[in-house]
Amino acid sequence: MKDDKLKDAGRRQVLKAGTLLGAGLAAPSLLLPETAFAAKHPPIGTWPAGSEGHTVYIGATVPRTGAYAVQGEDELKGMMLAVEHMNEGHPLMRKLAPRLKKGVLGKKVELLVSDSGAKPNNAVQDQQRFITENKIVLMTGSTSSAVAVALNKLAQREKVLYAVAISGSNDTTGKDCSRYSFRQCFYGQTAASAIGPVLIKNFGKNRKAAFMTPDYTYGHTVTKSVNDYLSAHGGWTMVTNQVSPLGTSDFSSYLTNIANSGAEFIINVNWGRDAVLSIQQAKQFGLTPKMGMVIPYQIPFLAKEVGPELVEGVYAATDFWWTLEDKYPLAKMFVEAFDKKYGYKPEWGANNAYMQFAIWARMVEEARTFYPPSVIKTYEKGETFDSTVGKVHFRAADHQLVRPVVIVRGKKPSDMRNKEDYWEVMEVVPGAPLMQKPDAFGCKLGDYT
Amino acid sequence: MLTWANFISQLFNGLALGALLALISSGLTIIYGTLGVLNLAHGAMFMLGGYAGYVAYQHSGSYIVAVIAGTLFLFIVGIVMERVIMRYFYKRPPEDQLLVTFGLSICFVELVRFFFSSMSKTVPAPKIFAGITNLGFMFYPTYRLAVVGIVAVALIVLFVVLYRTRLGLIVRAGIEDSVMVDSLGINVDRIFMLVFGIGAMAAGFAGIVNAPVVSIAPDMGEAILVQTFVVVVIGGVGSFPGAVLGGLIAGEIICITSMVNPAYAYVMLFAAMTLVLMIRPRGLLGVKGRE
Repeated sequence: MKDDKLKDAGRRQVLKAGTLLGAGLAAPSLLLPETAFAAKHPPIGTWPAGSEGHTVYIGATVPRTGAYAVQGEDELKGMMLAVEHMNEGHPLMRKLAPRLKKGVLGKKVELLVSDSGAKPNNAVQDQQRFITENKIVLMTGSTSSAVAVALNKLAQREKVLYAVAISGSNDTTGKDCSRYSFRQCFYGQTAASAIGPVLIKNFGKNRKAAFMTPDYTYGHTVTKSVNDYLSAHGGWTMVTNQVSPLGTSDFSSYLTNIANSGAEFIINVNWGRDAVLSIQQAKQFGLTPKMGMVIPYQIPFLAKEVGPELVEGVYAATDFWWTLEDKYPLAKMFVEAFDKKYGYKPEWGANNAYMQFAIWARMVEEARTFYPPSVIKTYEKGETFDSTVGKVHFRAADHQLVRPVVIVRGKKPSDMRNKEDYWEVMEVVPGAPLMQKPDAFGCKLGDYT
Repeated sequence: MLTWANFISQLFNGLALGALLALISSGLTIIYGTLGVLNLAHGAMFMLGGYAGYVAYQHSGSYIVAVIAGTLFLFIVGIVMERVIMRYFYKRPPEDQLLVTFGLSICFVELVRFFFSSMSKTVPAPKIFAGITNLGFMFYPTYRLAVVGIVAVALIVLFVVLYRTRLGLIVRAGIEDSVMVDSLGINVDRIFMLVFGIGAMAAGFAGIVNAPVVSIAPDMGEAILVQTFVVVVIGGVGSFPGAVLGGLIAGEIICITSMVNPAYAYVMLFAAMTLVLMIRPRGLLGVKGRE
């Protein structure tokens, strides 16, 4: 119904424009839809100012320094590829966003980038600047859930859409969710429900686990979800939980506690460089391979950084791994395009960033406007669409994408087919049954306007 | 987990961490004590030492060559930095010195990131120190044990240089009263250059010795710089023995607290610093001298 009205508005506008053109006043036709909306809705956030020109801007705050710098840089590559594909109307982008031709609603997309250092205050300040100075139509970037929940709040306050980048905390689409933000990737609860059965099946019931947890929303919620699952379904006990600040370099005291805890498994929730160092040091202290290592929320480039020997036999839950190209045609297109541009196989951070942009482009094109409430409602329709991991859809109640979780296991170095063949995909677990009820983590989406 | 085995193990961790902090802090404190410059690039120098050693290791495959290269490279970096930039800042206000060293540290970090990316790099421990040693009450990485010994030797060498040589005498006199040293006809300019070089060298040495323990990355100096400042404040600004004592105290506080609740390790460290500042504002072994 609403769509029909919109189309009508568009038609009226074309007639109006024709008259104007006749009068000798050139009005570029690509400006029409926004003008039509502007007539109907009061300005909101950066709309319509941000989409009145020939170019629209996306503000990205990614960590290019600090413990998550490697992953941030990777994310950025995914974003840059997506922007390029949107502007040229690449076949992969057009599969994901079928209405897209060149540019989003015909407008060129440009990416503005700043270094967040994975710090929420930096990210918020920079996005605020992008909003004021550049009138961005979309915010993105995180790689730390602390940043993601801060940007969720900024998005809601400033009424600017936010495409969450890497964020594993349950809170991002739970108690800190926002009407203006959407998450594509997997998170603590789905990771736990996907990897839990695999661990119980392979290692049995009533085992003892030591947790290593980074001290912020991501760490605490992932640890809680994994521990809840394993204790409820497999009778596993958490014998110790070693909480460390983000950016720890010496894990000796934490590992000593684990060595003395009687644990049989280390469930390592640390991320980025913290994960690299804790895994290397666990080996130095002789804890692994005696104790099994489990990574419930996989880290891009982990295997490359620690070497395949240290991840051999390690189970991990992840969002995307490049060998999924054998299973999903869109994954194949993505891996090929990324490899061609950057010379290596993409990891899940880049895939997540690319998909978030593609989904946003799809929704804007479907809504035929950048007007945020209309774009949000298009997301909330929950239509099923094809992605690099098969059919997916958004859940309207918490803005979380319903998508599979991929379980991988580190390959033996001698079994690797090439130098990037670190992980073997064990299972692609369908998403819907893994998720909690939308209100279970206290999500209350804010207002549209 | 409050068992004796765990307690003794944690004391050991504290010793290993403390020794490293002591070595880095001694470089920082000598520079501050003598030149009055608070070198915010000290953490970046620690990182540079690691990378210089890494490059040397890639080419030679030898740990010894890596350590020598990392150390010497930082000595040169220190000398060049002092001659080209720092000496023009001795008479300028402290905030200028803080800003210029902070700026340099950003340049060092980003240069390294440009050439080596943010990805961690590993320097393996030498073969004789590879593996794990059974200490009876626990298993401990052999290289970490070796680090305690290596650092102890380095600290002794520094001690000898500072307390048993003419250069050391002048440096210590400079910490007490540089104007007097100058008026006694000693070429303070050259001494300052050497002191900056030696301070940088201590950081570089620590950087490469630490590389097999914690793989290196461009940002690694940032966190260690903060801890190093705490060590210097606890031990007493400008005091070499203070840096050693402060390092060991800081290492033990972090590790012992971690045994009870790791989340409070740094809270306790800063609480201890606050306590020291309240009771002995000059630090535990602080000397009256340069203000």
